[in-house]
Amino acid sequence: MSTNSTTNATHEEEHGHEHVHDLRDDYGSKLGMWLFLFTELILFGGLFLLYMSYRFQYFPEFQLSAKSLKIWMGGLNTIILLTSSLTMVLSITALQRRKIKASIYWLITTIVFASGFLVVKFFEWSDKFSHGIFPGGEELALKSQGEKVFYGLYFTMTGLHGLHVIIGMIILGFILVFIVKGKVSPDRFALIENGGLYWHLVDLIWIFLFPLFYLLH
Amino acid sequence: MSDSTVNTNGDYVNFYQYKGKHSGILGWLLSVDHKRIGLLYLGSMVLFFLVGMTLGFFMRLEMWNPGQDVMGPQTYNALFTLHGIIMIFLVIIPGIPAGFGNFFLPIQIGAEDVSFPRLNLLSWYLYTIGGLLAVASLFLSGGPIDTGWTFYAPYSLRTGTEVIMPLMAAFILGFSSILTGVNFVTTVHRLRAPGMTFFKMPLFIWALYSTAWIQIIGTPIIGITILLVIVERLFGVGLFDPAMGGDPILFQHLFWIYSHPAVYIMILPAMGVVSEIIPTFSRKTIFGYGAIAVSSIAIAFVGTLVWGHHMFTSGMSDESRWVYSFLTFIVALPSGVKIFNWVATMYKGSIKAETPFLYVMAFIFLFSIGGLTGLVLGSLATDVHLHDTYFVVAHFHYVMFGGTIFIFFAALHYWFPKMFGKMYNTKIANIALAIMVVGFNMLYFTFFILGYLGMPRRYYDYLPEFQGMHQFATVGSWVLIAGILLMFTNLFLGLKNGKKAGNNPWGGMTLEWTVPSPPPLLNFKKIPTVKYGPYEYEHYDEVTKNVN
Repeated sequence: MSTNSTTNATHEEEHGHEHVHDLRDDYGSKLGMWLFLFTELILFGGLFLLYMSYRFQYFPEFQLSAKSLKIWMGGLNTIILLTSSLTMVLSITALQRRKIKASIYWLITTIVFASGFLVVKFFEWSDKFSHGIFPGGEELALKSQGEKVFYGLYFTMTGLHGLHVIIGMIILGFILVFIVKGKVSPDRFALIENGGLYWHLVDLIWIFLFPLFYLLH
Repeated sequence: MSDSTVNTNGDYVNFYQYKGKHSGILGWLLSVDHKRIGLLYLGSMVLFFLVGMTLGFFMRLEMWNPGQDVMGPQTYNALFTLHGIIMIFLVIIPGIPAGFGNFFLPIQIGAEDVSFPRLNLLSWYLYTIGGLLAVASLFLSGGPIDTGWTFYAPYSLRTGTEVIMPLMAAFILGFSSILTGVNFVTTVHRLRAPGMTFFKMPLFIWALYSTAWIQIIGTPIIGITILLVIVERLFGVGLFDPAMGGDPILFQHLFWIYSHPAVYIMILPAMGVVSEIIPTFSRKTIFGYGAIAVSSIAIAFVGTLVWGHHMFTSGMSDESRWVYSFLTFIVALPSGVKIFNWVATMYKGSIKAETPFLYVMAFIFLFSIGGLTGLVLGSLATDVHLHDTYFVVAHFHYVMFGGTIFIFFAALHYWFPKMFGKMYNTKIANIALAIMVVGFNMLYFTFFILGYLGMPRRYYDYLPEFQGMHQFATVGSWVLIAGILLMFTNLFLGLKNGKKAGNNPWGGMTLEWTVPSPPPLLNFKKIPTVKYGPYEYEHYDEVTKNVN
């Protein structure tokens, strides 16, 4: 309640316009965000569990299939995402230091990096598709069951991660608009911090996907 | 400073009369007031409950004679699937937390609202969309889903019925559940009134808090499992399909990693309500406050480790089986702690056997039967015999219907005067309860015997020697439904023409009884400072002195 005592007076006046949510609690909103990120981790956790189980079951097939993935593409994407996490932090810090323009530029850079990741991913997937390796593809149908499971996991996990990259870009896009409009400002930056946390999560999950699919062979 | 509890004439304004930006139906659909959202949930749930009950009624009708009576096997499969999906995902899981939790959590901890009011409204919209999708899937061209509410692979990958839409519904409902969980945990951490330490919180809050944690930890797993089934059906990935190297047992693991903790999402809030009602009507401090509070957390924790007991007959190593069986028995400990503490609270109390208290008595009786038969199913040897029989169905309905839904009804009768400011006819409410208990036992106790004798569940047909018992159970279902309808009618009439209830008709001590009925928009004129534990009746006069 400590943060609320100062805002109570304005709160009741604003309530006439149904603005209950203006009860501002930055710590609370960050706590909520961490809890939500926790659920995201567990969402992927189910897939990691499947990966672990199938890796035991189909060890040789997993090693064989992993060799067909191009390390340099995965590596490039790792570098892109890690750098984008850096630019995200730079954007937050710039805003906190009242350099709004710099903050906007860094945020745009982050979004550009995110699209770069998706472009690389697109070429990677198209390459596999053109070789008939995709769920239901004619080439994959000829392969052993373990390899089918490997590619099934590969497309599902990187696909779900890609979806999260897109969601992250949308979130960052909204935050960009809010900064321009002044709704997110040097005095009110909880939203960009939470957006940043989400973006780091997207980065973090990739940090685990990359070795599991590309490096372990 | 303006005061939202009075209007310009100085009259008291409750949250129904308060005029916000929108009025009429929009004043509800766009309201971020936790009380209105709670009532939206309750209204939707009662509606879905009646739908689910009707499906159950027709299922029992089909069992009147062996062979086909009123429907074919495919329709019967669809009915038990939808009965399960609606009752579990739309009524029991969100039931007490989203409905009563939304209304009373902020009031009981002395807050004006939850931490994220707009997120709260979004949760209700997701819930409604999920519910509508589930019902709409009935009318799609492929025919209603027939997998059972557990969606077991590989059948759920192969069946020609509409699977994707009800799965989407379950996914969206899960998302709604997660958001409510995040909201409640944050609210409990951030918005407790000054002086309300964790161990001065009402036990209902402890239960909601534990439940919210299970929602956060468990629900994402069912989310990913459902997504995988959808992806498999759409693209043929094959992660659960044995024909493509997948393992259907892994589906069962992932499914139960969530769905077993989910039964604690269903029952813990109900136990919290019981811990509110018993001290109020015994006019005595609850016995073993700390033990009850911590037992909620213990159930939440151990409950996440026992999912394997659903799979004793599905193919598992003997080591895993006895470990899961052992852990399952451990859950009985914190549950027993609760039951014994409740009974000990009544000892030497001055008990007022009013309607909500009587509902709780019915709960203790039914839930004890449900709990003890759970141990029969948790033991390896007996489970092999009883697995997939009516015994399981009976056990599940005793704990979920006799447990959660009876307490849902108890909560409805307990908080009705606070939510609406009016009182129902208590005599009729008691009669309705008596009818329900009789019908309930006729219906479900018969199931125990049928199951023991070998009647498998989910069959639309049966051997002629079971006919007597099946007909007895079906008559029981009519008695039960009559009781339920009488209860709802009584409450509805109370809502329309009930007498004014007063602010504290039961003599409760938690914070919701210190504010007017119905509460004002921001719940309190001034945020209260809490000095005593929630049920310290020696301080009753001091705590409730401002209530008239």
